[in-house]
Parts: sequence; structure tokens; C-alpha cells
Amino acid sequence: MSGDKNKVMLEIKDLKAEIEGKKILNGINLVVKPGEVHAIMGPNGAGKSTLSSVLAGRADYVVTGGEVSFNGKDLLEMSPEDRAREGVFLAFQYPVEIPGVSTTNFLKTAINEKRKYLGQEPMEATAFLKFMREKMELMEMDKALTSRSLNEGFSGGEKKRNEVFQMAMLEPKLTIMDETDSGLDIDALRLVSAGVNKLKDGERSFVVITHYQRLLDYIVPDFVHVLYKGRIVKSGDASLAKELEVKGYDWIKTEVEQEANA
Amino acid sequence: MAEEVDIIDQVVGQEYKYGFTTDIEMETAPKGLTEDTIRFISAKKNEPEWMLEYRLKAFKYWQGLTAPNWQNFNYPSVDYQDIIYYAAPKEKIKLDSLDQVDPELLKTFEKLGISLSEQKRLTGVAVDAVFDSVSIATTFKDQLKEKGIIFCSMSEAVHDHPDLVKKYLSSVVPYTDNFFAALNAAVFSDGSFVYIPKGVRCPMELSTYFRINAENTGQFERTLIIADEGSYVSYLEGCTAPMRDENQLHAAVVELIALENAEIKYSTVQNWYPGDKNGKGGIYNFVTKRGICMGDNSKISWTQVETGSAITWKYPSCILKGDNSVGEFFSVAVTNNMQQADTGTKMIHIGKNTKSRIVSKGISAGKSHNTYRGLVKVNKKADKARNYTQCDSMLIGDRSGAHTFPYIEINNKSAMVEHEASTSKIGEDQIFYCNQRGIGTEEAISLIVNGFCREVLNQLPMEFAVEAQKLLAVSLEGSVG
Repeated sequence: MSGDKNKVMLEIKDLKAEIEGKKILNGINLVVKPGEVHAIMGPNGAGKSTLSSVLAGRADYVVTGGEVSFNGKDLLEMSPEDRAREGVFLAFQYPVEIPGVSTTNFLKTAINEKRKYLGQEPMEATAFLKFMREKMELMEMDKALTSRSLNEGFSGGEKKRNEVFQMAMLEPKLTIMDETDSGLDIDALRLVSAGVNKLKDGERSFVVITHYQRLLDYIVPDFVHVLYKGRIVKSGDASLAKELEVKGYDWIKTEVEQEANA
Repeated sequence: MAEEVDIIDQVVGQEYKYGFTTDIEMETAPKGLTEDTIRFISAKKNEPEWMLEYRLKAFKYWQGLTAPNWQNFNYPSVDYQDIIYYAAPKEKIKLDSLDQVDPELLKTFEKLGISLSEQKRLTGVAVDAVFDSVSIATTFKDQLKEKGIIFCSMSEAVHDHPDLVKKYLSSVVPYTDNFFAALNAAVFSDGSFVYIPKGVRCPMELSTYFRINAENTGQFERTLIIADEGSYVSYLEGCTAPMRDENQLHAAVVELIALENAEIKYSTVQNWYPGDKNGKGGIYNFVTKRGICMGDNSKISWTQVETGSAITWKYPSCILKGDNSVGEFFSVAVTNNMQQADTGTKMIHIGKNTKSRIVSKGISAGKSHNTYRGLVKVNKKADKARNYTQCDSMLIGDRSGAHTFPYIEINNKSAMVEHEASTSKIGEDQIFYCNQRGIGTEEAISLIVNGFCREVLNQLPMEFAVEAQKLLAVSLEGSVG
């Protein structure tokens, strides 16, 4: 871990959220500093994906309590597009297909909307194409993917790689990866992880949400948090993930129940 | 979900920006339709006797007809005696050049983004501007003349090229074809006439811009395009009208004739006033458009982007008579608020090895209804005819409707006909995905809709593709879902 030790990028305080009246997040606390990689693990239904959706601003979720600040700004006050423009990137678990829109056109629109927000001139077409070529090389992207319709007919692996490619293009400050490893075979997993590792620059932070430890062999976290019943119930370093891999989640559930009963 | 609907309302509720009127002294025919009206129009145009006779025959025929009612939309019956059939800006002198055109009129077209002075005009596009019932000006005439190309108003063609007009007018859409075709034949006022001589490739896009201005008038233009052997022409029409509370009727007829080895590409960007968001006012766009691939190896291609009109009812069609001839239809129809559209095409295969392709994209937002209706007919002798039809509908919000009526009639066993159809909804997921990449909701919808229509927009001439893309975005502003 590097970056400014005193600076906080993301601070989540006692975050509570529900969907259709059902409470999912019951008071999340998390501090992410620049350059850090945090893994969030947990059994199914713990609220992992809800956390990513709430941070990105998906409308279905209602925040019922708590605060989230991002580089000193109130994240929850912002529209989803403004959060993105401020530098929050969500790598989707299920990237959406948009027929007829090429990845190139999509990214050009996205980059120029962000530049507009930041008061910058739109990127010239040639400059954009040059920038994209560089990133494609860096990410070892197949040229054909960028001219095809966004995610349409892509394999699971191609979709996830395209997410990481978009991340490279949009240069976010904070990336939230929502179960990026789900549905990936080992080769695709390696490629995706290698892409993410190339984007680490000591300033950029990552919140990696995953069910399995497997991904963390490739993207090594500084911190591991276990989410259970909408709360972070245990935090540790990368070794915690290994422990979970061996022992499963049951012992944590038991621990939590015992604490509750004590 | 309530939130979703709200965003839709915001995005769809965009104002129509061509809704202004031009204050100009007009000469009109008295309201209503009688034999006298037709004589009046014909006399105004100083027409030869044969033209008047044709009109009167059509009128007699029309009188025996009743308006069709098989359409998939609702509209109050039109009172044909309550319409003005001829309206023209008063001319003080005979116009010899553009300098003599009323500056008000030039300003009007300027405002619409159509500059009629040739030096200012986009290079590569010649324009015929039609204001209410008359053609105001045709640009680049002399340059086209050098190649033997005739591009003029229909009224001029009747005088200057009577042989061509007599031979081809009504040859593809006879006045007996349907109610509106008969009405048009009786009262048509102006329109464009194009003739491309043998072996000539028209060096620029030809374009007609139709503008309805006067109140209570109908617009009945007539367009005739003839591409002689081995020639090529690309033609585009655009249309707008002021915002008025009354519905106005537009019943045009377009005929295309492609001789051996000739190709005609006909593109339309239709943006008539669609009425307000409660459905008050707007144009009834009831148009008959048909082309015939008369000669072997000829090709006719229709591309339409339909965003305006309260009601659109039209089926640009191809009669594939020549062997190996090709017919194409590419359509984007957008309806919003209370708009209704019933549109599609007919592909009639008569010659051998004829091919047709239909790509239709319908987008419905607000409380609108969008219908695709198409016929693919393969005649007995049309060996090895092929058709491919793709028909996609997109719904925005949950109060709009999409309907598809494909008719297929096959009388030859060697025919191959494919039909694909899909219906999709702009999903919250797609919009959120765009939002998460920093793309705002309106921009996202425009991106998604343009992506959905890409195959069709790609068919438009360059200059108009950009315009059409913007038009799509504007038409759907306030419609997010």
C-alpha cells in the first residue's frame, strides 16, 4: 500500500440501505485510502452487490441511514453519472449489452461527458483514437471487440475484460469490482487480474467484491473484510481470505451468532 | 419505477422547434372541393388541357370512393370540404431568379436551415423548396442541365417536358390506386420532377424541402423521378410545418421509375408538426410512395426517418419487375406522446432472381402507437426470389405500443423468404450502465436509440445522417425509461 497515508478517499459511515422495504445493509463502516486494495467477501445474500449498487447510485436502493464521502464530497447526494465523473467506476457483475453502439463510440461519449463535467474541452477524434490504441495495447485487447456492439454477443470473459478495458480508458480514482470473477475460467481470470494490476499506480484504489478467494491470488488485497447480514463482521489482511477458503463462512456465522447471544 | 416514468416524461416533452409561421400575403383557392376548385388550380398553373382532364377524371373517381378504414390507429374523419386545396405566396412578377423571391420566404427557409442561395448551400446538394402549394426555387439547375439532368418543380415539368410527364405520371401509382392517390391526382399542386438521362450518375444529392405554412390548407405534392438506363440518383426530402391546433392533411404521391441497370436511392427525413403532447393539432401524413424497377438489374432503395406528424400512414413500396432487380426499405419510425404511425412497405416480386430487403425500426414512447405493416409478395413467375425482413420494435416507458403485421404471399416454390422480429424495451439497466460511465440519462437514451437504428441511419447520405441523429434525440427528449 502506498499513497498519502493521511488522506481518505472513501469513507463509509454506518451505511444502511433497503430495497422494496427489505433491509439489506445494516450499518457498514469502511475507510479506503488512496492506493489501497480492499476485498469484501461474504456468503451469498450478505449484501455485497447491494453495497456496490448503493455506492454507484442505482435507483432501486433506498439509503435509510449513514453517510458516504468521496474525496471530501457527499457521494450519496450525487447523481450516478456525477459519481462516475468524479472518478467512481463500477465493474459490473453482469455488464449490459447495448446493440448498435460500439465500445469506441460508447467510450468516446463517456469520456467527453466527463470532460464536460470537469470543464475540459472534448477530446479530438484523433487524440481519442490514439489514446484508445495505447490502452488497448496495455490491456492486450482484441481490436475486433472495440468495433463490435457494446457487450453484444460477448462471452462472459470478453465482457469482464471489456469492463477492465473501460476502466483503463476512464481512469477512475476508485474502482469497485462486483464479483468480476464470477463465471470466469482460470485463463480469463488471469487476464482480467493482470489488467487490473497494470492499473495500480499507488493512487488508484480498488474495492474488490468476491465470493471466492481465488481472485485474490491474483489481485492481492491490503485488507479483507467479511460482510455478513449487512455488516462488516471481521477485517484482516490477505491471510483472512485464505482462512475463509479453507474453513468456509460457517465459523464466522457461528461467531456472529455467539456474539449476538452473549 | 415511478421515478422511471418521471424521467420519461421529462425527456419526451421537448418543444417542436420548427413551429413558427411566416407572415406573407397568400393567394388561396376557396375552401372546399368541387370541379371548380380543380379548374381553379389548373388555371393558376396555366396547365395544358390534358392535365386538367386527368385531374377531373381523378376527381370523378375519387367522388365515388370512401376513405379507407383498415388502419391500426384512430382518427376523426376528415371533412374534405373544410380544407383549402391551394395556397401560394402572392407573386408580384414572374420569378426569373432567386433575387426576385420574396425575402420573407428566403428567411423562412434560412430559419429551417435550408439556404437557397447557391453559393451558401452545402456543396453536393441541390434543393427544390416547396412552400405550401408551390415550388419556390430550385438550386443548381444550370449545373445539372449540363449533364442533361432535369430537376425542376412538377408545374414546370408539365410545361417544359410534357412527353416525359405524360408517359410516366400515374404509371406507378394510378389515380385508381387508393382514396388518397385519387385525391392527390385531382388536386396536386406542386412537387419535384427529376429525370436522369441514360448512363448519367447524378453528381450531387437532389433534395426537396416541403414546408406547410398556411392555415387550414392541405398539402398535396407529387413527385416523379425517372432514372433512365444505367443512371444513378440519390434524392432526399425533408418536411416541417408550423404548430397549429387544427390537424392538417398531407397527402402526397411519389412515383419512382428505374429503367435497366438504373438505381434510385430515395431518403426521407419527415418532421411534420406532431401535435402537442395531448394530441392536439399535428399533420395527418397519408402518403402513397411507390417505385418500379422496370428494367433488368435495376435497384430502388427507400430510407425513411419518420419522427413527425400526428399520424403517419404510408408504405413506400417496390415493384420488382425487371429480372435481378433489387428493392430495399430501411425505416426508422419514432412516435412519442399521442403520435400514431402505421407504416411499412410492399415488395412485389415479379421478375426472376429479384431480391428485397426490409429493415424496420420502430420506437414508441409516451402514449404513442407504432405499427409496422408490410407485404412481401412473390408472383408465379418470379423464380428464385429472395426476401429478408427484419422488424424491430423498441418501447420506451410502459404506456406505448408496438404492433407488427407482416403479410407474406408466395406463389413460387423457389422463393426464399425470411422474417425476423424483435421487441425490446430500453431498460433501466442499460441506462444505469451508461450513467455509471458518466453518461447522463438523456444522452444515454439518444445513444441507445441511435444504436438501435444504426443499420438504417447508415443508409442516409452523410449530410443528413447527422441531422437525423439529432432529430431522434430531440423527438425523444423527455421520454426516458
